[in-house]
Amino acid sequence: MGELKLMKGNEAVAEAAIRAGADAYFGYPITPQSEVMEYLALQQPHKRTGMVLLQAESEIAAINMVYGAASTGKRAMTSSSSPGISLKQEGISYLAGAELPCLILNVVRGGPGLGTIQPSQADYFQSTKGGGHGDYHLIVLAPSSVQEMADFAKLGFELAEKYRNPAMILSDGVIGQMMEKVELFEQQPRKSEFNEDWMLTGKTADRKKRVVTSLDLEPTKMEKHNLALIEKYRAMEENEVRYEEIACEDAEYIMVAYGSSARICQKTVQMAREDGIKVGLLRPITLFPFPKKRIAELANRVKGFLSVEMSSGQMVEDVKLAVNGKTKVEHYGRMGGMIHSPEQVLCGLNEFLVD
Amino acid sequence: MDIQEIIQPENLVYERTQCLTDATLSYCPGCGHGVIHRLTMEVIEEMGIQQDTLGVASVGCSVLAYDFMNIDMTQAPHGRATAVATGIKRCWPNKFVFTYQGDGDLAAIGTAETIHTCNRGENLLIIFVNNGIYGMTGGQMAPTTLPGMKSSTSPYGRDVELMGNPINITDMVSRLPGTYFATRQSVHKPGNVRKTKKALRMAFENQKLNKGTSIVEIVSNCNSGWKMTPAESNKWMEEHMFPFYPLGDMKVNGEMVEKK
Ligand SMILES: Cc1ncc(C[n+]2csc(CCOP(=O)(O)OP(=O)(O)O)c2C)c(N)n1
Ligand code: SF4
Repeated sequence: MGELKLMKGNEAVAEAAIRAGADAYFGYPITPQSEVMEYLALQQPHKRTGMVLLQAESEIAAINMVYGAASTGKRAMTSSSSPGISLKQEGISYLAGAELPCLILNVVRGGPGLGTIQPSQADYFQSTKGGGHGDYHLIVLAPSSVQEMADFAKLGFELAEKYRNPAMILSDGVIGQMMEKVELFEQQPRKSEFNEDWMLTGKTADRKKRVVTSLDLEPTKMEKHNLALIEKYRAMEENEVRYEEIACEDAEYIMVAYGSSARICQKTVQMAREDGIKVGLLRPITLFPFPKKRIAELANRVKGFLSVEMSSGQMVEDVKLAVNGKTKVEHYGRMGGMIHSPEQVLCGLNEFLVD
Repeated sequence: MDIQEIIQPENLVYERTQCLTDATLSYCPGCGHGVIHRLTMEVIEEMGIQQDTLGVASVGCSVLAYDFMNIDMTQAPHGRATAVATGIKRCWPNKFVFTYQGDGDLAAIGTAETIHTCNRGENLLIIFVNNGIYGMTGGQMAPTTLPGMKSSTSPYGRDVELMGNPINITDMVSRLPGTYFATRQSVHKPGNVRKTKKALRMAFENQKLNKGTSIVEIVSNCNSGWKMTPAESNKWMEEHMFPFYPLGDMKVNGEMVEKK
């Protein structure tokens, strides 16, 4: 068994990044995720593994530092919360366009605007539909425990490198701030080889120069590039869909919820079952790629879906697309930094779905 | 003797540097960008650091610099070249890293990155081509456009009451503790070309010392944007740009240069 620790989600992700062999972290403070950089600063990762840590002058600078590090093949990451993630979007679009791997953590808070520092899941659209300009997707992982905050730091880097695409951990203020027991994986060595043919390492006599860019002024080439990106997203949809099902075997109704909402819904499942309502929970772990095939299968036999999100209803659109009219799909959720209770979700379930 | 007899390898006195590719420059004829590319690449070649140099192209007329420079390069979002370069240099402290940026890129949208990169004393080189205008987008007003100077968004001349003053950013950042070398040069005459090359060489050499940021500003023409012939534009540059952006060193080896 790995080392056991009681940690905040934000600390767990930071510790896991060091252990996953991250080469660099660039960030800018914002609540509720500042513990990520604070934890790293205390750890002095340059002494532990040689990892670079730099507080940038803005989120914009931070994501572009990630872009620079990533163009050389280094394992780089940044973290922020909603307003800061909005600022990073141009850089994220460039990273996706230039096909650079990196890890981005969003510990979501309520919005829009400066919003609130309380938890929210209102950045679903921004994270899963691209976020910045142009046709692209991020790999989006949604942890629902401190353990998963740690595990997904490693998984996020691995998937990002496998697909040469930015990966995002879409967390929220609950998961970032709460403390739980976490089992930490062993320290992995940092990368020592940078020999893939896109990594900028310095042009030697025996090879052509390398260029990392998202630009092609020739539209026919740009279209080709877009098609290649789409291929990549299809491969992700084929191979990387992850979800968890709780009590779905005999379920007549299914709640779809991710992150902290999924934790809340677990309790609702228990309470509903005590009331004799056969309800199950499907927890998407990857929000992109979304478990649409599985939802489509379940739609053939259940009476309805309730998408439970701390937002005005964003993921519900993807659930509807997957269900494609086969059965009823409703949304329930508090927003603006408010967290629904299991009882409230149960009321929502009864009101919107159960007849 | 006919011309074909003269064009022989043994008569060669000047050739393309190894560090430039065969691609045809996309710059307007008469523009300073080409000369500045060549000088940068000559320095890299002479220092023998092609395999140890990583460049960052910015957004502006020089966005395709990576097509012409025969080194590994990346292309940064508008204004973010020094942040991208910081990310590279922090991960590869022994590489030579430089950015190549226009005035809009470096002194408008990227002002924060420019100041903080210099203030942190990132051990890299900023090549700053100041042509007083947004060349690539078709000649709009830049942060460096002179008072009274016409551009497509200041068609009656820059009215500083309405549009604010031009910014002398190299002078500003030269005063920051992290800036080790700051100079302003031009490439419109052979003597100036030599001086610019010397400055670029010094800036690359500085990276071996790990003492802070070097910024080499080159006041250059944009004959297309200024709507002049190349010759007119160079004359106009001497008469109007240089009084506002005087040539010369501002800071050398970490010491401010006394102005006479
Ligand atoms: C975020 C963003 N804003 C605006 C632009 C459009 N744009 C492209 S080049 C440029 C100005 C470049 O001017 P400068 O840096 O002075 O370089 P020059 O073209 O004169 O060499 C602008 C505004 C862009 N590409 N990205
Ligand atoms: S538009 Fe101006 S800066 Fe751009 S290539 Fe032409 S002359 Fe040079």
